[in-house]
Amino acid sequence: MKKLLVIYWTFFKMGAVCFGGGYAMLPILERELVKKRGWTTKENLIDYYAIGQCTPGVIAVNTSTFVGNEIGGIFGGIMGTLGFITPSIIIITLIAALLSNFAHIDMVQRAFGGIRICVCALMFMAVAKLWKSAVKDMLGTVIFIMVAGCSVFLDISPVIYVILAATVGIIADKIKSTSKE
Amino acid sequence: MLYLQLFWEFFKTGLFSVGGGLATLPFLYDMAKKHPDWIDASSIMDMLAVSESTPGPIGVNMSTYTGFKTGGVLGSLMATMGLVIPSVIIVLIIAGILTRFKESKYVQAAFYGMRPATMGLIAAATIVVIKEALMDTSALAKGDLLGLFEPVSVIYCIILIMLMSKLKVHPIVFVAVSAVIGCFVKF
Repeated sequence: MKKLLVIYWTFFKMGAVCFGGGYAMLPILERELVKKRGWTTKENLIDYYAIGQCTPGVIAVNTSTFVGNEIGGIFGGIMGTLGFITPSIIIITLIAALLSNFAHIDMVQRAFGGIRICVCALMFMAVAKLWKSAVKDMLGTVIFIMVAGCSVFLDISPVIYVILAATVGIIADKIKSTSKE
Repeated sequence: MLYLQLFWEFFKTGLFSVGGGLATLPFLYDMAKKHPDWIDASSIMDMLAVSESTPGPIGVNMSTYTGFKTGGVLGSLMATMGLVIPSVIIVLIIAGILTRFKESKYVQAAFYGMRPATMGLIAAATIVVIKEALMDTSALAKGDLLGLFEPVSVIYCIILIMLMSKLKVHPIVFVAVSAVIGCFVKF
C-alpha cells in the first residue's frame, strides 16, 4: 500500500512539472525514475517511450502505465497514471472555471486573439517536426494526402481513417513480402 | 446520460488517437461538429494555448476542459477517465508481451499505415486552426478574395514561426508575448 502511494506521489510530482508532453518530458522522467529512484533503466524508458508512441492514447499516460507496472504490477500502473494526470485535472479545472468568469471581458478576448495566432504558429512548427518521422515514402505520402484531403472536405469520423490506414499498411506489407518470394 | 456520453466520446478518442498530443485534435473537432453544445472550434484553440502553457499532456488537458465545460467537475473526471482507460488497458496487456509486440510484423505494418494517416488528420486540423485565426471567412461570401486573409495576423504569424525556428525558448514565452501584443493590436 505504501509503495503504491509512493508511486502515485512520484508521478504526481512529474505531472506537475511536465509541460506539453512529448520529448520535452523524457529528461524529467529519466532524472526522477532512473537516477533518483532507480525504478527502471534508461534503455527501458526509451523502449516504453517508443512503444508509447505507437500505441493508442496519450504518450505520457502510456509511459506512466509502463513504468508503474514495472515497479508495482497492475495497480502500480494504474496509480502511476492517476498520479501523472491528477495535477492536469486540478490545474485545468481551475483555469476553465476562471475562464468562464473572465472570458467576456474585452481585454481577455483581445489577449486570446493574439494567443490564437500563436497557436497557429505552434501548430505549424509541430506539424513540420512530426512530418519527418511520420511520412517516409511514396505510400506514406499517398495516405497522408488522401486522409488530409478527405477530412477537409468530407464529414467522416477520424476513427474510420485510422482503421483504414492500418488495414492498408498490413495489406501493403503482405504484397511486399509475397512479391519478394 | 451526459456523463456516459462524455466518457464514451473520449474513450473513442483515447482508443484511436495514435502518437499522442496533437493526435487528439482531429477527434475534438469531430466532437465539436457532433456536439456543438459541448465545445466549439475557437475554444479548442484557446485550450490548445492553455495546454501549451500549463503542465500535463495536451490530451488530458483537453478532455478535462471539455468535460468541465459540459458537465462540471464530474464531467471533467468522466471525460479524462474515458481518454485514459483505453491506454491503461492496452499498455498493461502489452507490458506482458513487450518484445513480441515490438517485433510483430503485423503491428509494425499497421503502424506504418497509421502514422501518415494521423499526420493527415493533424494537417486537416491545422487548416481549421488557420481558418479560425488568420482568415475572415465572411469575405468569401462577399466574393472578396483579397479580404480573405487578415494581413496583420498573417504577418505576425510568419514572424512568430521565424522566431520559433531560431530561438529555443519554451512555447509559454510565445503564448505570453502574444497575449500582451493581442491586448494592444486588434487581431
